[in-house]
Amino acid sequence: MTDLHHLSIRELGDGLSSKRFSSVELTQHYLNRIQRLDTSINSYVTVTNELALAQAAAADAAIAAGQAGALTGIPLAHKDIFCTKGVKTTAGSKMLDNFISPYNATVVEKALTAGLVTLGKVNMDEFAMGSSNENSYYGATKNPWALDRVPGGSSGGSAAAVAADLAPFSTGTDTGGSIRQPASFCGLTGIKPTYGRVSRFGMIAYASSFDQAGPIARSAEDCAYLLGAIAGHDAKDSTSVNRATEDYVAQLNQPLAGTRIGIPRQYFNMAGLDADVKTSIAAALKQLEQLGATLVEIDLSTTDAAIPAYYLLASAEASSNLSRYDGVRYGYRCENPANLTDLYLRSRSEGFGSEVQRRILIGTYALSAGYYDAYYVKAQKVRRLIQNDFLKAFEQVDFIAGPTAPTTAYKIGEKQDPVAMYLGDIYTIAVNLAGLPAISAPVGFDTAGLPVGLQLIGNYWSEARLLSIVHQYQQHTDWHTQRAAVAKEGV
Amino acid sequence: MSASSSNTTATLSAEDIGKIANLSQLAFNANQAAEYAQSLNKILGLMQDLQSIDTTGIEPLKSPFDNPQPLRADVVTEPNLRDAYQAVAPATQDGLYLVPRVIESE
Repeated sequence: MTDLHHLSIRELGDGLSSKRFSSVELTQHYLNRIQRLDTSINSYVTVTNELALAQAAAADAAIAAGQAGALTGIPLAHKDIFCTKGVKTTAGSKMLDNFISPYNATVVEKALTAGLVTLGKVNMDEFAMGSSNENSYYGATKNPWALDRVPGGSSGGSAAAVAADLAPFSTGTDTGGSIRQPASFCGLTGIKPTYGRVSRFGMIAYASSFDQAGPIARSAEDCAYLLGAIAGHDAKDSTSVNRATEDYVAQLNQPLAGTRIGIPRQYFNMAGLDADVKTSIAAALKQLEQLGATLVEIDLSTTDAAIPAYYLLASAEASSNLSRYDGVRYGYRCENPANLTDLYLRSRSEGFGSEVQRRILIGTYALSAGYYDAYYVKAQKVRRLIQNDFLKAFEQVDFIAGPTAPTTAYKIGEKQDPVAMYLGDIYTIAVNLAGLPAISAPVGFDTAGLPVGLQLIGNYWSEARLLSIVHQYQQHTDWHTQRAAVAKEGV
Repeated sequence: MSASSSNTTATLSAEDIGKIANLSQLAFNANQAAEYAQSLNKILGLMQDLQSIDTTGIEPLKSPFDNPQPLRADVVTEPNLRDAYQAVAPATQDGLYLVPRVIESE
């Protein structure tokens, strides 16, 4: 049983229910791998050994009692943005280095209800602000495909852990591409659901009108299992939408024939689009066409407006959300504060990293008197234009396809300029402004052997269809089964 | 920070950064202020692109679905978890959060 980490979620479920292996054995296998291999990846901030083995033992008891669900006893890793009761929950920040959450996020609670076993909490850009995972207080996570490269961000630990087979799947969050771009950089499948599909309760806030949780896994099928477990209405999140949940796994085999896929002209005329990425995407689109989809050229004329609108609005929301970190109720407090003002100023300045401070400054400026209308309200109006642009496109086509990111994974330390980093989010960010669902799936490699991701954007609530299109594609291709060298190592 | 709402050709000085930092409850030294001034100006330059977009008659979009806030009956549904929540506080006493003295003694 040295290759348990090569099994799909369905195969793991089958193996557990037929008692070929126990959850304790499976969990111990992953814990051993983490201990042996994560020193080179740095994907975990906290490994919850004892908790995991206790949950696994409980899962084995449930299986023995015939009370197991499809996911009972399967391990997963949670992005360290989800509050986990009794476990350190840091959001990748020094500010929360000492924070032991007194309660569970709804996502964590739902994973427990499904019988999933928590291996630990995985690394991320501080407060989900970043696209490379370099902005973590716990150090950069390495891309399993090339250890001198970034895994993407902000859910970089979630992606790296799965790509190195240090977790079968993981939770992530996506505010501007933070599930899809790391999935793309690490050769994985990741879906950002419609805004409101997954509860934000207990998910540490960055930009509340954008943040949405979702799974990162090897395949659409694996994602379907986890999304089904964490989706659903939650009265504890006022933006959670009260809409029936779906069986995503049961819908994976919907035929692709007749599906109209829009190809925005603007996506392929970008200066920063890598030639290798373009080639892989073109080949993937051709394959989708062969599977029965019809490709239609469309216009998304607001494409260029997404980056400025997003960085303005998300920073404004962040400046408000992060005002809660005051050194009084939880989190970091500076040493020997002279007075209350000193306590606030130094706790925040010493507790937040530079990218977080930069976004708080931008957001505060955009919300300040004299600038509110010109920046904040203007960006909200552009946000509606972007939404309108998508809705208009969805009158013509069922889905929109293009690259997830303009490049493959870049080198750690390569992008020092924040604006250069922001520009890499060009394909993912508009989706969050509109609140639409979108998926990234591996569709090839560049000449350096780094994975390329295809993004498919759907209309609201089309998660089942998005997963099924990628599933159909993955039935005919093997990009999603390719593994980095580190993942091939047995333990 | 003397621009009017119609003039957003932004170039922030280190001094402006100091004012924004104050509003943000952040403090840093002159070197950091100069560094932030540089990166913020670059980011604001990027945001200038929004000004050329015609948004006449367009309503601002605050959230993807402009749903009204859900309401619930005005009854207590949560138990008292003060002790659990204060267990993670830097300093508490008798159920209160402790901060440095606010009223200076004579």
